[in-house]
Amino acid sequence: MALRGNLRDITFTQILNLVNLAHKTGTLIVESPGETSQVSFREGKLAFARLDHENHDLPAVLNSTGRISPTQYRSIMLHGSEISDKELGLMLINAGILNRDEIMQSLQQYYTGIIHRMFTWVEGLFRFENDLLPPTDRINVRLDLENFIIEGSRQLREWEQLQDEIPSLDMALKFAERTGANMSKVNLSVEEWRVVSFINPRNSMQQIAHAVKMNDLEFRRIIFGLLQAGLVEIVHPGGKPAIAAIQPFPAERKDEQLSLVRRLINRIRSL
Amino acid sequence: MTIQTVKMVVTGPFNAGKTEFIRSVSEIDVVSTERKISSIGEREVKESTTVAMDFGRITVDDDLVLYLFGTPGQKRFDFMWEILSEGMLGFIVMVDSTRPETFREARTILETFRAYAPTPYVVAANKQDKEDAWDAQDMRNALRLDPNIKLLPCTATNRESVKNTLLELLYSILAGMEAGEG
Repeated sequence: MALRGNLRDITFTQILNLVNLAHKTGTLIVESPGETSQVSFREGKLAFARLDHENHDLPAVLNSTGRISPTQYRSIMLHGSEISDKELGLMLINAGILNRDEIMQSLQQYYTGIIHRMFTWVEGLFRFENDLLPPTDRINVRLDLENFIIEGSRQLREWEQLQDEIPSLDMALKFAERTGANMSKVNLSVEEWRVVSFINPRNSMQQIAHAVKMNDLEFRRIIFGLLQAGLVEIVHPGGKPAIAAIQPFPAERKDEQLSLVRRLINRIRSL
Repeated sequence: MTIQTVKMVVTGPFNAGKTEFIRSVSEIDVVSTERKISSIGEREVKESTTVAMDFGRITVDDDLVLYLFGTPGQKRFDFMWEILSEGMLGFIVMVDSTRPETFREARTILETFRAYAPTPYVVAANKQDKEDAWDAQDMRNALRLDPNIKLLPCTATNRESVKNTLLELLYSILAGMEAGEG
């Protein structure tokens, strides 16, 4: 029977467990609302992984993991973009730029990052293609799945806890009304700032998550942190049904842009 | 209903007065991320600094909100600049009028932001209330500003002064749009 379904019903961790137990060979394709991934296995071990929207060529991976410099990356892309990953790997080894272990570690790090990212996907259609083997033109690795399964289980527990803490994303957020004494001690990440910039009692959390393009788990993690730090409070969406859409400037029409700027001017004058 | 959010960035060298500037007009407590300073040289100037960014808000009406983002002043956090500059309506470069040793850095920051986004900007000559503040025209020369770029005397702790700086930036934005540049 084909291994297919939705991550809502069978988690990514459970799928890894099935692949591991059955020593499966093939490729898992997952289409989440925002991203699509392909993860290939050989005899129950991770061989290859890619996200469709990311450049996963060897030069890009080596660059993203800091094994080659941006200058070296540009040079390779300029002169060696036609050769396969395996050929390029050999050339880099022969030229003494990298050794085999460094290349393999880099790929393992990259593939592991993709698997960890997929643990945050809580919805998405998946199917396991037995006939789709790990790509032969890419350098494959051979990583045991047990560690991934343990990590995935931890994240699953976290997901369940976050759902308990923040049961519905239909609610809105507002800044906590108290003196800012403790705020000055908080160090927010870039992602947290992106969320903070949309906080308004009229925006539901669902709308904010959509605006900042985060999946449920990532978003709930951030909200939970902000709640714990006492920076925000959960409130009912302000008075009206939460239908407001968030639209960053600039608006498309020039007359709208001019109107917005004039309204800003009037408001600042009245401060 | 659509809520329009508009972003302006307040940038400038370390200790230029960005946090105070936003604090003077924000309707919410400015959410800032000040940390104890690790560098001895910087610690001589002040005890803590902004490591991520400051964030202030001005609600215009039911469907328009202005956000003010302050950038970290220290060079090692400049990776944040490009992120912050994305989608901004305009930016303000704060310069401490009493510390000419920071003018060169201010110029570099200005050029960097201009490269990220070709949006209107103004330069705020902060701490003009201090005795040892440089004259605005001298600062203009030292910063090598084009004559058409506004250099505005400013006191970041004074609400009216901050309002004036924001208004001048908005006037520049409006003028650019009306001239078909925006």
